[in-house]
Amino acid sequence: MSDSTVDADEVRHVADLARVDLDDEDVGRYADQFADILDHFETLEEVPDVEAEPELVNVMRPDEVEESLDQDEALENAPETEDGFFKGPKVS
Amino acid sequence: MSTQAATEDLAAVIGLEVHVQLETDTKIFCGCSTDAADAEPNTHTCPTCLGLPGALPVLNEGAVEAAVRLGKALHADIPERTTFHRKNYFYPDLPKGFQLTQYDAPICQDGELEVRVEDRRRDIGITRAHLEEDPGSLQHVGGSIDTADYTKVDYNRAGTPLVEIVTEPDFRSPDETRAFLAKLEEVLEYLGIYDAERDGSLRVDANISMVSADDLAGEVDDAVLAEANRTEVKNISSHKGAQQALAYEVTRQRNAIQRGREVEQETRHWDESRGITVSMRSKEAEKDYRYFEEADLPPLEVSDWKERLEIPELPDARRERFREEYDLSEEAASKLTSTKEVADFFEEIAREYDPDLAATWVADNLLGELNYRDMAVTDLEGRFDEFTRLVELVAEDEITEKNAREVVLRGMLDEGETPDDIVEAEDLGKTSGDEVQAAVEAAIAENPDAVADYEDGDEGAINFLVGQVMQKTGGSADPGQVNGLLREELDE
Repeated sequence: MSDSTVDADEVRHVADLARVDLDDEDVGRYADQFADILDHFETLEEVPDVEAEPELVNVMRPDEVEESLDQDEALENAPETEDGFFKGPKVS
Repeated sequence: MSTQAATEDLAAVIGLEVHVQLETDTKIFCGCSTDAADAEPNTHTCPTCLGLPGALPVLNEGAVEAAVRLGKALHADIPERTTFHRKNYFYPDLPKGFQLTQYDAPICQDGELEVRVEDRRRDIGITRAHLEEDPGSLQHVGGSIDTADYTKVDYNRAGTPLVEIVTEPDFRSPDETRAFLAKLEEVLEYLGIYDAERDGSLRVDANISMVSADDLAGEVDDAVLAEANRTEVKNISSHKGAQQALAYEVTRQRNAIQRGREVEQETRHWDESRGITVSMRSKEAEKDYRYFEEADLPPLEVSDWKERLEIPELPDARRERFREEYDLSEEAASKLTSTKEVADFFEEIAREYDPDLAATWVADNLLGELNYRDMAVTDLEGRFDEFTRLVELVAEDEITEKNAREVVLRGMLDEGETPDDIVEAEDLGKTSGDEVQAAVEAAIAENPDAVADYEDGDEGAINFLVGQVMQKTGGSADPGQVNGLLREELDE
């Protein structure tokens, strides 16, 4: 049983942002699961700090061109393509 | 802001967000080339800019240098430490589901840029400038964004380095935004971090609200601004577009307020072809982007780069120096410093030849003829030597200024020929002194009536004789010199 509470509206809002369509049953189930996940993170926050490796800074690469994928490789995993473009549903 | 304001004078308060593509060879987080103007779609991508699982971004040092140089030019602070964040949103222009950008620790903070509008000096505050990646480009097939059948996506542009420059709400008119953008572009061009020719290399969003003009006597009160409803206008792609879009918004908002209506706080889209702004559904609020620090990009500590990286003399300083050092008019100095390339070129010529002559040839003749042809100095890339040779021909008195301007320069620009070839083909070399002298003597011998008229005090007769000499020399003699020679002969 979780201490956090997440209500149905919050789940619907997050689902909207992720463009995911949920039915009411999903919303109820995810509300509980979200609450559990938040609890897990709270538990993690109680873990005492441990010695960490020194932090990296200024990791950069020179401005030099490397070879890109060719078009076929780039599109290899796309379910739909057209004339070398990725093809998807309309967006608005 | 409501009915009470309707009876008062209203003034605009405007702030800008300017997105500039940085002119690096590669994308900001991967080694794909940014030179994709004429490329086939999706030929400049890799696992990183396609957002494939497991790919890691590595920051391009060149983009960081460009941002630091910009910060230096804008008199901005480069903080000890700057970081990158993920801005989460789902839209197919970024395949990862988030944009890599900077949030609460941008690379440039608290700068300013001085602009002049009709001789009034305005210091525009720069709140911040931060690095981020450009999204890919979408094509809405079969209609507009709302009516399209489907979407085609090209990720060649995805990951191109952008710097987003955010100003304070310091503009009081659309004209001031135009002057600012022109000035900013000039500075970016001098810094060599920006290619104005590239399509979409400068994009502007503008925030505008109308407040009571009384409130504008001094600094705008934050409380007044917070109370006024503001619109954000997106999709502006030029100086002129900014001026037009904002002029439209000023009128629209003023009309609404004067009719006693409230200005909606909303995002609007500038439709350049129709010259109007239209309301856009705003989908996300700031917190919906769920910004969080990007763990795959370690922090940057580059404040000391500000000392290390050099920037060139900037346009204002150079304009001032040109006026003093070469004794140029304000207009000539402005023209000659409009781009770094023109300014460098002028100085190169002015070192070898008379600066006055160099100024006339670069500012008036060259830029004038280029402008007339809708060309830019960049179109002469690799031909500066030819132009220098043309100035030399004039300086050495080998061709007349008129021929140099009207025949040689135009031939160079229209036909792509070299000055020496044109001079030879058109036989423009100034006729040698002996030939001119012979022509002068012949003209006098052949036209006793004109000579008599001149001796009787008819000044017009000399012009007739000059014309005769010019005819004999095929127009290559210098009319002033001919006039002098004729008088010498006749007055003896």
